[in-house]
Amino acid sequence: MSNELKQPGRILRAPENFIDAELSKAITTGGLNEERRGFLRKSFLAASAVIASSAASNGAMSAAFEGDPNILNHTEYDQALGMPVTTNPYGVPSKYETNLVRRESPGLTQVGGASVSFAPLQGLFGIITPSGLHFERHHQGWHDMDPAKHRLMVMGMVKNPKVYTMDDIMRLPSVSRMHFIECGANSATEWGNVAVPTVQYTHGMVSCSEFTGVLLSTLLDDCGFDKKNGKFILAEGADGSGMTRTISMANALDDVIVAYGQNGEMLRPENGYPLRLVVPGVQGVSSVKYLRRIEVGDKPYDTKDEVSHYVDLQPNGQQRQYTSVQEAKSVITSPSGGQVLLGKGFYNITGLAWTGRGKITRVDVSADGGRTWRTARLETPVLSKALTRFNIDWVWDGSPVILQSRAMDDTGYVQPSINQLRGVRGTKSIYHNNAIQSWRVADFGEVTNVQVK
Amino acid sequence: MYKLNKVILAVSLSALSLAAVAQPLPGVGRSATPKEIAAWDIDVRGDFKGLPKGHGSVAEGNKVWDDKCASCHGTFGESLEVFGPIVGGTTKDDMKTGHVLSMVTGSEPKRSTLMKVNTLSTIWDYINRAMPWTAPKTLTTNEVYAVTAYILNMGEILPANFVLSDKNIAEVQKTMPNRNGMTHDHGMWEVKGKGDVKNPPCMKDCIKQIEITSTLPDYACDAHGNIAEQNRTFGAIRGADTLLACNPDSSIQELNRIYNAPRKAGASTSAAPAMPVVAVAAAATAAPAGETPFDLLKKNKCTACHGVSNKIIGPGFEQISAKYKGDAGAEARLSGVVKNGGGGNWGGSMPAHGNLNDADIKTMIQWILASAK
Repeated sequence: MSNELKQPGRILRAPENFIDAELSKAITTGGLNEERRGFLRKSFLAASAVIASSAASNGAMSAAFEGDPNILNHTEYDQALGMPVTTNPYGVPSKYETNLVRRESPGLTQVGGASVSFAPLQGLFGIITPSGLHFERHHQGWHDMDPAKHRLMVMGMVKNPKVYTMDDIMRLPSVSRMHFIECGANSATEWGNVAVPTVQYTHGMVSCSEFTGVLLSTLLDDCGFDKKNGKFILAEGADGSGMTRTISMANALDDVIVAYGQNGEMLRPENGYPLRLVVPGVQGVSSVKYLRRIEVGDKPYDTKDEVSHYVDLQPNGQQRQYTSVQEAKSVITSPSGGQVLLGKGFYNITGLAWTGRGKITRVDVSADGGRTWRTARLETPVLSKALTRFNIDWVWDGSPVILQSRAMDDTGYVQPSINQLRGVRGTKSIYHNNAIQSWRVADFGEVTNVQVK
Repeated sequence: MYKLNKVILAVSLSALSLAAVAQPLPGVGRSATPKEIAAWDIDVRGDFKGLPKGHGSVAEGNKVWDDKCASCHGTFGESLEVFGPIVGGTTKDDMKTGHVLSMVTGSEPKRSTLMKVNTLSTIWDYINRAMPWTAPKTLTTNEVYAVTAYILNMGEILPANFVLSDKNIAEVQKTMPNRNGMTHDHGMWEVKGKGDVKNPPCMKDCIKQIEITSTLPDYACDAHGNIAEQNRTFGAIRGADTLLACNPDSSIQELNRIYNAPRKAGASTSAAPAMPVVAVAAAATAAPAGETPFDLLKKNKCTACHGVSNKIIGPGFEQISAKYKGDAGAEARLSGVVKNGGGGNWGGSMPAHGNLNDADIKTMIQWILASAK
C-alpha cells in the first residue's frame, strides 16, 4: 500500500476496494454477514489509517478540525508572481490535464499507420472536440503536408477540369458548420459481446468540430459538372493510401464541405491538413483527408474501402455495400465504464447524442436497466448532423443500477437495443453499431460495461 | 450563389451579374492540363473503366510477392500477423455460384480479401495506388497485373501458367468467388433512407426483468492500461485503478439475481456498508510527460515493424533485449545497425535509417535493451 502512495498521480483506492476480489464478490452476491463485515471493517480501517496519516502530514483533519489548510493558509499562487504573456505563444492544456488523451485500443490493430486512436469522451464537455483530441484514423500513416504544394483537381464528367491551389480555395465563398465525424466502425468491438472497458474505447471514434471551407457544390458548379449524367463523385486523398470513396451526387450537392478550417484554426495534420472533405452524417471514411482529387462519374467506384472493408456482413452471407449513414446514437459519457462514483448522493448524468439523418429531438435516460425512462435536457445548440449534449439529474442511493440512454431524431427514428440490431443484422456486421449502451453501477460505486437484452 | 434559380434571378437583375454568373468564379483556379489529369486519374472502376493496358504472369507475380509483399502478408497471403489475410476461405464451388459459402457458415475465423471482394478491379486498383505498404505507387503497371494474378493463383482461382492482362481481366472477373455477394437493398446509402430496426420509445414498465447478457471478460479487465490514469484526478468521478485491483465481474447469473432483487424503500441504503467511496488524489499529480524513448520509437516509425513484446516484421523490443542481455557491446553494434542497416540475425534485414540523429538512436537503443521483463 505504501508503494501505491509513492506513485505520483495514483488515485487511492476507495476503502472497500482494498478488500480482495473474492470478498467483494461475496458481499455483492450474498450481502454482508457478520464475518464479512469483520473483514471489511479491517480493510476499511487499514485504508483509513493510510489516508489519515497522509492527511496528517498535510496538517489537516486533526481531531479538532479548524478548517481546510487550502483555505486557512496562503498558497504558492496567491503570494507569488505568475508567468508573463506569451510564455506559451500557442497555449497548451494545464499540466494537471495529462490523463485525457487519445489512446489506441491494445490488440485492435497491429500497425500504427493503419490504426485508430480514440477520443477521451469520458472527460470532455459540451459538443466540440478539442482539435488535438479529435479521434484519428489513418489508412497509411499521416503526413504534415506543405500547403504551398497542395493542389485540388476537379475532373471527370465536367466541362472544364480545373486545378485549385490553397490560395484559390481560400478565396471562395466559405461556410462554417459544426458536424460530427464518426467512424463507421465505432462500437464495432461490441457487436458480439462486451469487449472493452470504457467509453473511450466503445465510442471514442466520434468527434465534432466546427469546419470551415467551401461547399463542394460551388466547385462542381465552377467546373460545369454534367448535371444529367454525373451521378457520383470519387474523392481521393494525397497520402500513400490514396484514400478513395464514392459519394452520391445528391449527397455531394447537399452539404458536403471541402474544408481547411477546424475549430477556428487550420485542420490538424492528423485530421487532413491542409484540405479534407467533410461529408456530414456519413461514416468518417468518406470525409477523405488530404483531399487532392474530385472526379465526377456515372457509376460508383468500388474502391477498397467500399468492397473489402466498410461492408456490413448479414446473416445470409450477403454484404451490405455503401452503407454510409450514421444512424441515431447516444451514450452516457459520465458516469461511464471504468469510472468510480465518489459516494451516494447527487450526480449529473451527462452524455452525447447524434444522428446522420438530421437533428436529435429527444434523449431518454434509464437508471434502472430499462424499466423506466426519463427525458433528459438537451443543451443548446442542437444542430443538424452535430453532436448534441444531454444532461439529467440523478441521485444515487447506493444500490446496484444500470444506466442507459436512448436517442430519437427528427425522422422519428429511435436508437435500438443491441438485440434489436442483431435480430436484423446478426453479429458479424462490424460497422454501424448504434445500439443503446448499458453501464452497470455496482454497489461499491464502480461502473462497468455490460450488455442487456 | 451559382445555382440555377439564382442564375435566373441574376439575369433579371442586371447584365453585369449575368456576366459574373456565366464565368462563376473569375480569377480562381485554372484548367487542368491533359498530362496532369493523366498523372492523377488512376482509379479503376468495377467495370474496369480506367484500367491501363498491360499484362503480368503468375510466375512474375510470385517473384514480386516474395520480394515486396510476403514480409507482411505471408508467403501464401494467409498471414494475419500484420494485416488481415488476403487468401483463404473460398472454394471451386463458390467460383461457380459467385457466393462465398464460408461467409454464411462462419467457418473462417478471419474473413479474407478473396472472400469479401466482388470486383477484381478493386484488388488491382488498391495494389496500384497503395502497395507496397512502405513504398506505395512504386510498382510498374505490369507488376500490378502480375501480383494480382499471383494472388488469384494462391486463391486457386487462376492456374500457375496464367498471364493476366487488360484483354482477359473481364473474363476472370466472372470467376470471382464472391462476385454476387453484395447487396444495395438497405436504407443506409442515402441520408434520406429508412432505418431497418424499430424501437418503440417506451417510458414506463418497459421490461419485466433485467437480463444482463454480457460483461467484460476477466482477461480484458486491465488490457487497456490503468483506467485511473485515463480520467481526471478531481471531479465527479475517478477512474478505477485497474492495475492495483481488477474487480472481476460476478457471473452473469449472479448479476441478474442482484439486479432483479426486489428493492424496498431505503433497504439498499441500510444493507449497504456505511462507507461512502472515498477516493483521494495523491498529493503530487504526474507532471506532463516529456518525450519518452517509446515516443521516439513511435515517431520514427520503428513500431511499424517492431512490437514491444511481439514480432511484426522485425523482432519485438523485449525479444531483442533478451537476446543481448549482458552483452556490453550490444548498444554500439545495434546503434550501427539502426543507422546503416544490416543485421540479419532474425531472418530478415533492417533497412538503414541515416536520417536519425545519434542521440535519439542511443536513447532508443538503451530503452530497448532495458525493456526485457
